Amino acid sequence: MIEVQNLTKRYGPLTAISDVSFAVAPGEIVGFLGPNGAGKSTTMRILACFIPASGGSARVAGYDVFRESMEVRRRIGYLPESVPLYNDMRVASYLDFVAEVKGVPRSTRKRRVAEVMDRCRIADVQNRLIRNLSKGYRQRVGLAQAIVSDPHVLILDEPTIGLDPRQITEIRSLIKSLAGEHTVILSTHILPEVSMVCSAVVIINRGAIVAQGPIDRLVEQFFPTSRVQVEVAGPRAAVLDGMRAIRGVVNVEDSATTGDGVGRYVVESPRGRDVRGEIFQLAAQQKWSLLELRQVGMTLEEVFMRIVAGEESEASAGPTPAATSTPETLTPAVDEAASR
Amino acid sequence: MTIWPIYKREVQQYFTSPVAYVILAIFLFITGLFFYAIFSGFAQASMQIAMNPGMGRDLNVMDSVLRPLFDNMRVILLLLMPLVTMRLFAEERRSGTIELLLTYPVRDGAVLVGKYLAAMTLYAAMIGGLLAYPALLAYFARVEWGPLLTGYVGLLLMGAMFAAVGLFASSLTENQIVAAIVTFGILLSLWIIGWLAAFVSGPVGAVLTHLSILEHNDTFAKGVLDTKDVIYYVDFTALALFLALRSLEARRWSG
Repeated sequence: MIEVQNLTKRYGPLTAISDVSFAVAPGEIVGFLGPNGAGKSTTMRILACFIPASGGSARVAGYDVFRESMEVRRRIGYLPESVPLYNDMRVASYLDFVAEVKGVPRSTRKRRVAEVMDRCRIADVQNRLIRNLSKGYRQRVGLAQAIVSDPHVLILDEPTIGLDPRQITEIRSLIKSLAGEHTVILSTHILPEVSMVCSAVVIINRGAIVAQGPIDRLVEQFFPTSRVQVEVAGPRAAVLDGMRAIRGVVNVEDSATTGDGVGRYVVESPRGRDVRGEIFQLAAQQKWSLLELRQVGMTLEEVFMRIVAGEESEASAGPTPAATSTPETLTPAVDEAASR
Repeated sequence: MTIWPIYKREVQQYFTSPVAYVILAIFLFITGLFFYAIFSGFAQASMQIAMNPGMGRDLNVMDSVLRPLFDNMRVILLLLMPLVTMRLFAEERRSGTIELLLTYPVRDGAVLVGKYLAAMTLYAAMIGGLLAYPALLAYFARVEWGPLLTGYVGLLLMGAMFAAVGLFASSLTENQIVAAIVTFGILLSLWIIGWLAAFVSGPVGAVLTHLSILEHNDTFAKGVLDTKDVIYYVDFTALALFLALRSLEARRWSG
């Protein structure tokens, strides 16, 4: 549905993206990840036919974004990051305008607008001026204008930025419900969001693609081992030796030692090999008190950090790359539990 | 064509915000003042002529009231038209809505024409309101409708050019005030150029004279429809719209 090949965009001497290539299959929701300024918006603007690329090509719904821009534009819904809406219009008449411009036939327009307002849950504000809407409603009106013409492809630039946790969950489930009938590419820097909504990711950093593929495959690729976090009260050296002796354990990391002889360790073993039972047996045998035994899920977040951190330490070759490379743009996981 | 929804939205925006009403009200108020002053002068002159019939040879409503009124109106339009058009693209740029508009399946030209026609609609309402004055005059005196009609054609052509220049200026910037000042600057320069022409001889002087806005408008109010003058306004309008279209496209390239 979306094919991007060697896409490059330069602003004067500044290269925003270089040689970006990826593809999105029909019906898929793909997360487009990267720290701020990585080139996400630039790529999406090119896909949405707002700006032309300096090099390379992109096809959306089978049409070239530059040469057949009109055909592409008829088949996309786009939501820019800043959610620019006409502030002095009322919600319903704004959506009617968008539907008309996008060529929704007059006979079905009214029904279509009503449908979209229901779906995005903005029917209750349809007669309000857009300028008076809250951020959450604005975002939903923005999403509504993107889907009002029932486009094949949706290009959503940071659709959940600046929303409160409840609104985020709502928008997410809305986007999720669009999968299948629409192909969606959405950018974000909230990583848990991607794992929740998207089936695959494309990670971009400093204007270049650094990883892409289905999420679990990426996690496997970057973290071939599964990890168990252990908190146990026992002599450090003995604990380390004991756990290293367990069959299949490839690495034991001594992550923190608190007082009272309680140590925290991370035990790595190949995927599919669960060592928790053996660790418990070991502790029981040695009469160490086992305080915690927990499988640590390797998340996309860690993949992302590793990739972006790796890139940055390569680029800067600083003395403590791992410590300095944590991008501050990474919004911590929104507490889903609290939002319910 | 997709001009219609763009046009409709722009007209709605003019008339659901105070912009159109403020501009209409002030325009009609000021022209009203001028009309009052000019007509009072005319009434006084008529009175004197009634006492000295020998003086009244050239006195008629068209030359003594409507032409001076049109003259003054051109100046008012020079000041007001930049305010009518300054919003059209600058506001979309400032608020970012242009990013959505230019990714809808609409050609840049259709966006341009839609906005232009919306500005012309407001302009038509402005000069339409002016019809009240000749109508009032017709009640007291004999109005010659021919020259009035050509005078209106002249006004319409001049407004078309002003709006096109304003649209072009608005496409250059995201600042409405800058757009208004640039429009005003271009129009006033074309205005003054005619005065400069008086001091320049030869072909250069002729070219400068031809470029002047003033040079081409007075004839209309005299009842003359000269193709030279019509072509002047049509050309300038087309040129300004063409430049506006180019400027829109250039904006895409510079991101």
